[in-house]
Amino acid sequence: MTSEQQLTAIKGAKVLMVGAGGIGCELLKTLALSGFQDIHIIDMDTIEVSNLNRQFLFRKSHVGQSKAKVARDAVLRFRPHISITPYHANVKDPDFKVDFFKQFNVVLNGLDNLDARRHVNRLCLAADVPLIESGTTGFLGQVTVHIKGKTECYECQPKPVPKTYPVCTITSTPSKFIHCIVWAKDLLFAKLFGDKNQDNDLNVRSTDATSSSEHAEDVFERKKGEGIGLYGRRIYDHVFGYNIEVALSNEETWKNRNRPRPIYSRDVLPFKLIQQNGNVDKNLMADAPSPVSAMASLGLKSPQDIWNLKENSRIFFESLKLFLVKREKEIGNLTFDKDDQLAVEFVTAAANVRASSFGILLHSLFEAKGIAGNIVHAVATTNAIIAGLIVIEAVKVLQNDANSYRMTYCLEHPSKKMLLMPVEPFEPNKSCYVCSEMPLLLEVNTHHSKLRDIVEKIVKAKLGMSCPLVMHGSALLYEVGDDLDKDMVANYAANLDKVLSGLPSPVTGGTILTVEDLHQELSCNINIKHREEFDKEKEPNGMVLSGWTQSPAKEKDDNASINNGASASNASSHAFSLEVKEDSETAIVPVATGSVPTGKKRKMFDISEDSVPDLSSVPDEVRSKNKLEEIDDDDGDDVVLLDDGCSDGVKKKRLR
Amino acid sequence: MDGEELTEQETALYDRQIRVWGADAQRRLSKAHILVSGLKGTVAEFCKNVVLAGVGSLTLIDDRPVTEEALSANFLIAPDENNLSGKSIAELCCDSLKDFNPMVRVSVEKGDLSSFGGDFYDKFDVVVVSCCSQTAKKLINEKCRKLAKRVAFYAVDCRDSCGEIFVDLQNYTYSKEAIAVPWKSLPRRMSKLYYAMRVIERFEEAEGRNPGQTSIEDLPKVLKLRKEVCEAHSLNESSIPDLLLERLVTGTREFPPVCAIVGGILGQEVIKAISGKGDPVKNFFFFDAMEGKGTIEDISEPNNGS
Ligand SMILES: [Zn+2]
Repeated sequence: MTSEQQLTAIKGAKVLMVGAGGIGCELLKTLALSGFQDIHIIDMDTIEVSNLNRQFLFRKSHVGQSKAKVARDAVLRFRPHISITPYHANVKDPDFKVDFFKQFNVVLNGLDNLDARRHVNRLCLAADVPLIESGTTGFLGQVTVHIKGKTECYECQPKPVPKTYPVCTITSTPSKFIHCIVWAKDLLFAKLFGDKNQDNDLNVRSTDATSSSEHAEDVFERKKGEGIGLYGRRIYDHVFGYNIEVALSNEETWKNRNRPRPIYSRDVLPFKLIQQNGNVDKNLMADAPSPVSAMASLGLKSPQDIWNLKENSRIFFESLKLFLVKREKEIGNLTFDKDDQLAVEFVTAAANVRASSFGILLHSLFEAKGIAGNIVHAVATTNAIIAGLIVIEAVKVLQNDANSYRMTYCLEHPSKKMLLMPVEPFEPNKSCYVCSEMPLLLEVNTHHSKLRDIVEKIVKAKLGMSCPLVMHGSALLYEVGDDLDKDMVANYAANLDKVLSGLPSPVTGGTILTVEDLHQELSCNINIKHREEFDKEKEPNGMVLSGWTQSPAKEKDDNASINNGASASNASSHAFSLEVKEDSETAIVPVATGSVPTGKKRKMFDISEDSVPDLSSVPDEVRSKNKLEEIDDDDGDDVVLLDDGCSDGVKKKRLR
Repeated sequence: MDGEELTEQETALYDRQIRVWGADAQRRLSKAHILVSGLKGTVAEFCKNVVLAGVGSLTLIDDRPVTEEALSANFLIAPDENNLSGKSIAELCCDSLKDFNPMVRVSVEKGDLSSFGGDFYDKFDVVVVSCCSQTAKKLINEKCRKLAKRVAFYAVDCRDSCGEIFVDLQNYTYSKEAIAVPWKSLPRRMSKLYYAMRVIERFEEAEGRNPGQTSIEDLPKVLKLRKEVCEAHSLNESSIPDLLLERLVTGTREFPPVCAIVGGILGQEVIKAISGKGDPVKNFFFFDAMEGKGTIEDISEPNNGS
């Protein structure tokens, strides 16, 4: 089975696993069976019911417990004599410093989010420890090997950011169900149950200047003494009836679009019915800790069913009522959570009523929940396969067998007769700001933008630094830390609100800023270029960051009506994005989008069968293919395995 | 489709995979009955996968007592149970598997698979065999074929860091034909593993060995057999490299990462076949960790009926 050399390497190895989810469970099992004896595993999550279909080390009785700890115990049962050290913690905790990483021979990632992946990538680079990265979505998956200076790092190719949608598509001209979901979740739900002080575009219509925010406030506020039924009806009629009428009055908008149909509650449900709608008492009396549910009180059972307009309207009124009656205290503080049954019911119903109005296909609660919660498709088999491939690469890494490192794709449909396709790893990207010294370029109006904008929108949001420090030459402009004295903290706070050119050490065109994250031991330079004007629609941050992300293809994408990610410069803060923050282990396939799954799967690989197998050429072929697919944007189902168009400008070189 | 909604409990447990293959497929899975025989590492992986996926029932056959070898790549058996019980491998695996998903019926059947009659196989939708001789595979495959209903047949084996899956969905070539195809007629870029596994199978059969009962001492004889077989098929001997045969002869134990990979692919294939979603492999899958490729080969009689 294994050669003596391999066995020695395996037995002597100390490995760190990050993630004890779907890939993690499989990986820990396979590592233990393969003879690994010193395994450390970090995971901050606790076990949930929806994990049990694939995270086979966990049982129902473990729900709520630490994944890392339960996984350890489960594996020790069949391999009692090995050492497994669990950490129920966030890998981004300052406890896991570069020195912590240095003790390992290899780090194996089975993570579920971009943020943590980037963080681990940086720490592995700083500690000079090889990293094996992995990801799966449905039947697709991949494993990549990242060795400092030898192969590309995880961030050598920019990662697509979550899809965003222009405000007017969401507020006025939805054409897909996802637009209705975003409207229901980020606008209506947020308006009714969330923080009242948050900006909310619910009443924004493309050219309607008459509706003042005051007016809007009045509509959504429940009047003194107003019955719940009446209040619900008023909201319903306002958002599905009146607002649509107002939008319709703008003829220009509908020239090339189907006109929506205003929907009023009286046409769908007689008033009496709304009054009798559901039975709150039934919910009140239930002793069982079962969650408050409009479906339950209306007797609707299957989340797979697609409700008609009337049923959706009833769910709308019922869930609104239940929020007001049963969860009054939370109102004002709620944010949408896919595990909140009532919230999912409300959002499903509201999205479906809106969809009816716009002639968009209705969806079941099950589907709506997946879209709204950005739930990732996951199966056990792909995770098992990927875990096996990780161990195979890990054994090569431990033996320093650089010539045989491979990145491997697990495909749904065979390509060149292959379901598992190995490809030689790529050289590091010479302009990668993470693993090279190449500076970034920031165009900004130094008289308007504040230091806070740079720290929040660039250093944190784009560069993924969590404990940033900003320097201009030797002058410290900003830093965070526990050991700062009061004066410094006040000083930095004051700096944040100053415009760049007004800082104690003024930042103007030609300035080179140094930003660092001490925790990640990452430092990079940003060349500042002053620019007066920015396009409000396309560059809403008033800043454009370029360098490692810059590519000619990008500009085109940015002009498209939907910002499909890929740009580090102008992901609009004023557009809606579906945040990629999943509950499951798998999520973002590295070098891929982890964007919204809505159902239909597209075939991603279509490489001609008879072409001479030249594996090195595959990724580029596949990439250019993906680019086309990305532009052809249908329902957000871009479960793309490989980089999308954004990487085209940075031509990858084959290793060796 | 066929009645019966998924229960709330099923929807919650299978949420993430229903999002991959849909509720109809999940319902079909929950009605499928699977039989497996020969519980080494790869099949243990497969069993885990289909139990998690939520098949209707899984029946295990493996009367062998637990040995150290049986434990080497099998996470379903804890080493301490080994001594204390006179239980068979199938019985021990059954206990673990039941625990993975209470909604799946897992049970053990005793006896020699090839001695069972048609009415036994008739109870199943899928039959998976491993660690048995070429003759036994052919026999079982034929029994499945003779049934009025369609029973999907799979044979899977891993040696060293190589693995092979054979699939017969009964709309295609079955094992007797698939391993008797004249090699000359096969495409030039055929997986070497296909030829090598046939040579090893022949060797074990000729010497009366159990599957996997080989060692480095057998290599000269195996190389001699390769020569004969290649000559008979007019195939260049270099199509079956020495090193590959050496690995297969000596590395009789499974390599756990390969078990995970091949058991994963097999799980996926069986799920595809039951659910009717996706296009199933026809009719061989090969994986060799040395080159890292997982390849599908379509091996059938070039001109059926002639
Ligand atoms: Zn890099």
